[in-house]
Amino acid sequence: MTRTPREIAAWSIGLLVVLLYAMIPVMWILSLSLKPATELGDKRFIPKDFSLDNYDTIFSTSEFKHALVNSIGIAGIATLISIVLAAMAAYALSRLDFAGKTVILSGALAVAMFPPISIVGSLFNIWRDVGLYDTWPGLIIPYMTFTLPLAIYTLSAFFREIPWELEQAAQVDGATPWQAFRKVIVPLAAPGVFTAAILVFIFAWNDFIFANTLTSTDNARTVPATLAFFTGGSQFEQPIGAISAASIVVTIPIIIMVLFFQRRIVAGLTAGAVKG
Amino acid sequence: MEAANVPATRTGSAPVEKPERKRMSDRARSERRLAWLLCAPAVITMLIVTGYPIAYAFWLSLQKYDLRFPDEKEFVGLSNYKDVLTSSTWWQDVWNTTIITIGSVTLELVLGMALALVMHRAIFGRGPVRASILIPYGIVTVVAAFGFRYAFDPASGFIQGLPLIPDDWAPLTDRGGSLLVIIITEVWKTTPFMALLLLAGLALVPDELHEAAKVDGANAVQRFFRITLPLMKPAILVALLFRTLDAFRIFDTVFIQTTGANGTESVSILGYNVLINRVNLGLGSAVSVLIFIFVILIAFFFVKVLGTSTAQQRGEV
Repeated sequence: MTRTPREIAAWSIGLLVVLLYAMIPVMWILSLSLKPATELGDKRFIPKDFSLDNYDTIFSTSEFKHALVNSIGIAGIATLISIVLAAMAAYALSRLDFAGKTVILSGALAVAMFPPISIVGSLFNIWRDVGLYDTWPGLIIPYMTFTLPLAIYTLSAFFREIPWELEQAAQVDGATPWQAFRKVIVPLAAPGVFTAAILVFIFAWNDFIFANTLTSTDNARTVPATLAFFTGGSQFEQPIGAISAASIVVTIPIIIMVLFFQRRIVAGLTAGAVKG
Repeated sequence: MEAANVPATRTGSAPVEKPERKRMSDRARSERRLAWLLCAPAVITMLIVTGYPIAYAFWLSLQKYDLRFPDEKEFVGLSNYKDVLTSSTWWQDVWNTTIITIGSVTLELVLGMALALVMHRAIFGRGPVRASILIPYGIVTVVAAFGFRYAFDPASGFIQGLPLIPDDWAPLTDRGGSLLVIIITEVWKTTPFMALLLLAGLALVPDELHEAAKVDGANAVQRFFRITLPLMKPAILVALLFRTLDAFRIFDTVFIQTTGANGTESVSILGYNVLINRVNLGLGSAVSVLIFIFVILIAFFFVKVLGTSTAQQRGEV
């Protein structure tokens, strides 16, 4: 189908608007992070001079480095646990026939909509008693409230698309059940599992409310909570440059993941909704 | 062994059942057992991490329990709820949260629909568009909130450096301006998600209908309102349900941008202040439970009154 020049022009403008929409706030934070301290107030979108001082600042203190390790570790472990549990459930939900499927899926959806503020008080009190306050497990456990439902949803949607007959076909051809699983099903399921893991990781990485309420030191405080309580040279000085530099550091991995896996992430995000 | 016993009693009530049927039902039974076994860890985990804390929050909400005076802990029934529901702060915060929710979800619907239409009609560059709209979605909310806060702050912001905008405009110092910045941040961050849900709904609208309407002389606007919108209603309602429930629990953006100052305190911020800053666990838990009830009421309204069905999300259609 040929397009008229007018359509191509209209679409190009649309494309440009979308790109600017997404990129301007990111570019702005990048710009702030590269401004030398004396030029932070110059109101310019593009810095006049570039400096990496802010990056030096955040990496010269242990506060941010600890937060980064906590964020990666806590979000990583939460992702691993929820993907393993959800993969088992999603296999059953997409492949086996049993009553209670709807109950489990609706239940997971309800849990996903749960307001976290409703349980932080309870967790705050229980965690102090059992010694989980300000620890990694103390955050990983509440993260299950949102990582598990998300993982169950995306994985069931991906698993429904797998041609499971191939497993039997492989067995007919003489493969053992384990070989059929490992050589046929695992390669088919792996991309879906990987995508679900990225989505879950992004959610866990993003959490602020639990990290804010259930931690108090850099023992378990993740990056978002650390940013909120960052202090500059003095208590009353907002360290704009340092916060911006730290923001860029935690944003880059997400942008890279999104750029590489955009097609699959979109499929995961709209899981189920595309079915007609 | 139980599996063998149960069908026997069943055949008793239906004596003509053929042996083949019975074998099938045994198989179905073992399949069901495997299914429950596989689902059990996830289901039990979800029940423990949400069910138990919310039940405990309800129990705490019936106590007078202030961590500053732990010795005074006692059962007070519903009096914490009475305190919350008769306080003007609570209702002011419900109102603030409602403004933020309605403001951001409405804007997101309009912008998200525009974005979905742009993506649906993509001629080239589908990949870059998809990748770039995922960026706001992937960015940590706290980071986005800082970015917008510094952009609108007269001490650092490039917004004040733009033409036509006064150099000393300080939106984050008054209520209207603060609400505006909070809503802009929320809209920027979550419109992509809305657009993707709508795009999936848009894909379900058959092209033939548009062609037929075109032949009948309907213009693009008429086709959008008479064909696209009605057919997308289920997808729109689901997107609205998800986003409304999500917006109602807003915490991160408000915390970073105003900490609830200038009349922007949301109900989640109120809960945080009472529970964590004032360590009044009894009163704070009452706030927590009330927020939970509000969320259930919103979901109930969408499902029962507006007829939102999440069957598509469950993959049942």
